[in-house]
Amino acid sequence: MEQFAQQFVNGVVLGAMYGLIALGYTMVYGIIQLWNFAHGEIFMVGAFGGLAVWTALPESLAENAFLALPLIFTAAVFTATFTAVLVERVAYRPLRSSPRITALITAIGVSIVLQESVRLFYPDGKRPQSFPGLVAEGNFSIGDVRIPWVSLFIVIVAFFAMLLLQAFVHATKTGKAMRAVSQDPDTARLMGIDVNRIIMVTFAVGAILAALAGVLQGMKFRQIDFHMGFLAGLKAFTAAVLGGIGNITGAVLGGLLLGITEVMATQYIPQGSAWKDVWAFIVLIVVLVFRPTGLLGEDVSVRA
Amino acid sequence: MTELLQVRGLSVRYGMIEAVKDVSFAVSEGAIVSLVGANGAGKTTILRTISGLLPPVAGEVFFADQPLAHLPAHEIVASGLAHVPEGRRVFPRMTVRENLDLGAFVCGQGNNIDADLERVHTLFPILAERAGQKAGTLSGGEQQMLAIARALMSRPRLLMLDEPSMGLAPLITQRIFDIVAELREQGTTVLLVEQNAQAALSLADKGYVLESGSVVLVGTGADLLMNEDVRKAYLAE
Ligand SMILES: Nc1ncnc2c1ncn2[C@@H]1O[C@H](COP(=O)(O)OP(=O)(O)OP(=O)(O)O)[C@@H](O)[C@H]1O
Ligand SMILES: [Mg+2]
Repeated sequence: MEQFAQQFVNGVVLGAMYGLIALGYTMVYGIIQLWNFAHGEIFMVGAFGGLAVWTALPESLAENAFLALPLIFTAAVFTATFTAVLVERVAYRPLRSSPRITALITAIGVSIVLQESVRLFYPDGKRPQSFPGLVAEGNFSIGDVRIPWVSLFIVIVAFFAMLLLQAFVHATKTGKAMRAVSQDPDTARLMGIDVNRIIMVTFAVGAILAALAGVLQGMKFRQIDFHMGFLAGLKAFTAAVLGGIGNITGAVLGGLLLGITEVMATQYIPQGSAWKDVWAFIVLIVVLVFRPTGLLGEDVSVRA
Repeated sequence: MTELLQVRGLSVRYGMIEAVKDVSFAVSEGAIVSLVGANGAGKTTILRTISGLLPPVAGEVFFADQPLAHLPAHEIVASGLAHVPEGRRVFPRMTVRENLDLGAFVCGQGNNIDADLERVHTLFPILAERAGQKAGTLSGGEQQMLAIARALMSRPRLLMLDEPSMGLAPLITQRIFDIVAELREQGTTVLLVEQNAQAALSLADKGYVLESGSVVLVGTGADLLMNEDVRKAYLAE
């Protein structure tokens, strides 16, 4: 029981990070029906942006978490957002009216370009880079369950980011415009909404969340590398589909479900850890067999 | 009377299909003008082109003497031209109130929309009752009212309605047309596209009959209603 609770907590932490990345996938899909396979690389680029600034800090600053953390997050967010907006403008916008497969292949191309850019141009980028922990090392305990401080930090950051996103999407004018574009782009234009601007904002918001996840992952595993976006992107994609394409709450739920499943399967299924990265897809297949639209997905044909 | 909207020599194609051919018409300030025609005559295409959703291959559109050509759709709305699209197109997963808020999107952030809300709630009391209901769950008639109310939230000088009577019972259709008449009384100019020629032409100051992409008849609403060809083709006589 204690072990179960411990693993459950680990699953939530992992799932919170998947969820943060999945949000960007699902929002971009919701708005332009593009699986942005370069989104995992935005997460990676964000982590590297944060690390680059931390590395450049004078030692006195770098060791002070209260000053260094906001700087790292800010740098990560700026790097990721700038990259995502640039990619949208240069690679995706010209293909807006092309067949979907064209944009999809472009996304894969973009993801290779971003990976290779970091590998080639980040100092010693072909090797994994160590990442600062920053939050106090060690654990605290609830009963017999031991929770690392960094895990608590991850869950808190993810929780508030998701809360802010909900507020943004439901309570701001731009957020409402975003939902309008995802439901009916032509009619949104008739309301006076600049659809191109909204698409850009969507990419930016997705990038901000992915950048947070990038830094959090670095802090947790104390290491980042240029291909970290591949697997994370694939898992987040799975989480987004699991939760229901285009559904924001679904992406968070899908992320959590995936994180928890992965951890539990590794713990309780014999040889489970060898198959660590396969469980995600098994869950996906099972859910899609019974609920083709994902957990919270609405009938996608409505908007065809 | 001055012409609020002028369309001159407009042609629109979908690939090889020439959907609208050299169409010209005008809408005077304060008038109700109706475009009538059978399925596929090109009515929707004309409205979508005026709104900037489709590019014309030839022709010009002037609104309040300003050329609209090459303005993006979102700027055209902001200049005072609202379009209630065919099939209502309310945002289904948003509430009635959110749909109305979006209608007021072009009114600046600080702008007080309460007066506009009150105006549309007076025209359509049901929308006040259903403020929190998801628009996709409204009945067809209610959705049409919402679509019109949403367009009014931008305080348009010209309201373009694409087949507001589509799929509605005669009683509801009559209410919608009464409201169109009322809007004109309040000073809104209306361009009304309809297959329901009887209802549209009875209301219209001026009418244009479209056939496979071209204007074939022009006249006052009353004249067209008396016209033999119109009666045969559109009034099932
Ligand atoms: N997206 C499109 N692609 C290709 N052809 C189209 C498209 N939309 C309309 N058309 C064609 O253009 C012509 C005019 O269509 P339009 O929708 O403007 O007619 P309409 O007068 O509004 O008809 P209805 O009364 O049925 O709504 C038709 O022949 C139609 O098939
Ligand atoms: Mg039509």
